[in-house]
Amino acid sequence: MSVLAALDVGLACVVFAVAAWTVFAPGAFAATVGYVVYGLLLSLVWIRLFAVDVALTEAAIGSGVTGVLLIGAAARLRGAEATPPEEGPSGSTRLVAACLCVLVAAALAAVVLLLPDQGPTLAPQAMERLPETGLGNPVTAVLIAYRSFDTVLEKVVLVLAVVGVWSLAADRYWGGAPGEARAEPPEPTLAFFAQVLAPVGILVGVHVFWVGADEPGGAFQGGAILAAMWMILMMARLTEAPQSNAIRLRLALVAGPVVFLAAGVAGVAVAGGFFAYPAGFEKPVILFIEAFMVLSIAVTLPMLVAGPPRREPRR
Amino acid sequence: MTSATLAGLVGAALVGLGLYGVIVDPQPLRKILAFNLIGSGVFLVFGIVARKGAAAGLQSDPVPQAMVITGIVVAFAASALAVALTLRLFEQTGRATVRPDVEAKAPGAGADSE
Repeated sequence: MSVLAALDVGLACVVFAVAAWTVFAPGAFAATVGYVVYGLLLSLVWIRLFAVDVALTEAAIGSGVTGVLLIGAAARLRGAEATPPEEGPSGSTRLVAACLCVLVAAALAAVVLLLPDQGPTLAPQAMERLPETGLGNPVTAVLIAYRSFDTVLEKVVLVLAVVGVWSLAADRYWGGAPGEARAEPPEPTLAFFAQVLAPVGILVGVHVFWVGADEPGGAFQGGAILAAMWMILMMARLTEAPQSNAIRLRLALVAGPVVFLAAGVAGVAVAGGFFAYPAGFEKPVILFIEAFMVLSIAVTLPMLVAGPPRREPRR
Repeated sequence: MTSATLAGLVGAALVGLGLYGVIVDPQPLRKILAFNLIGSGVFLVFGIVARKGAAAGLQSDPVPQAMVITGIVVAFAASALAVALTLRLFEQTGRATVRPDVEAKAPGAGADSE
């Protein structure tokens, strides 16, 4: 067995063990921390599958931003755990559930093992038309050019999720800011860390977005890194979450889907098809759309993590 | 066994683990965690389909990859909404459980109910 194969087996075992920890850990907080570790390990698995774009997304969003969201929730739910622990379902129910789950997993495993060595693929088609998009990264081409309608709808889902989260605010807080007021001065260590990290992180985020046209990276990954920098600044209390009725915030939230849709509709008039880009200008148009998507993602993710407004709006 | 097949098997096992957590654990937050496990397991199975579609000089079919990237972002949005609902339930009732037989606190006793 080569070194790489041994590493693969080791990685698979560790991923499975950490995943089992997130299900069976005694406390919700410990389980959540396990989930963050799990996400980072999973991005290594994605690298072994030669899907670097997915690995970046998994590390940034699947592990990083989701981790902040879940750890924050687990910390606020600690009070619920102090009460006598809830008993789950009875032993027989657990046994039936376990049998069902083993069956599902075994069926999926059988499908995985029965897959042909060379499956059906769209890679040749994706590569064939790649020069027409002016891009070098086929994954970005699929996201922004070939299947752009999917990506627009996904942006709409993000906006709807923000609307859903804000709708959970009590009536008197509608339009206010999420989180507590910035009362005490920032904690020195965290503030120093944020001041050092944020400028570098913003540069990295913009770089990941920019190289995404030709190399692994792109709007999602870059936007998620920028979002993380804003969240770090808010955690360090160097800045506050904006009021949810601020017009600039709301414009930034919808800028991505609106610009994307507008470009798609403009394609009908200019290039003769919904979401067709004018010949010769594909790459500038795609980068223009992506820039607004980065802005929207960088604003949407922190707003989803911050949760519903918890302060009365200033008049 | 190739590393792609191994990753696919891990994906299958993760779906099983997550399904067990969703069924058995009464806490909503743990259910959200388990549901995310199912999601990432499905994404890994997608990953092996992408890897088996390696062609045209690419190591992996870009179309399933793009769908997984979209999926990860949508899964995050759904988790954020689910977490917000859980926290609201906790604020309103003082409990975070989906068991129907657990008594809620009297109405108005929540931290900031209307």
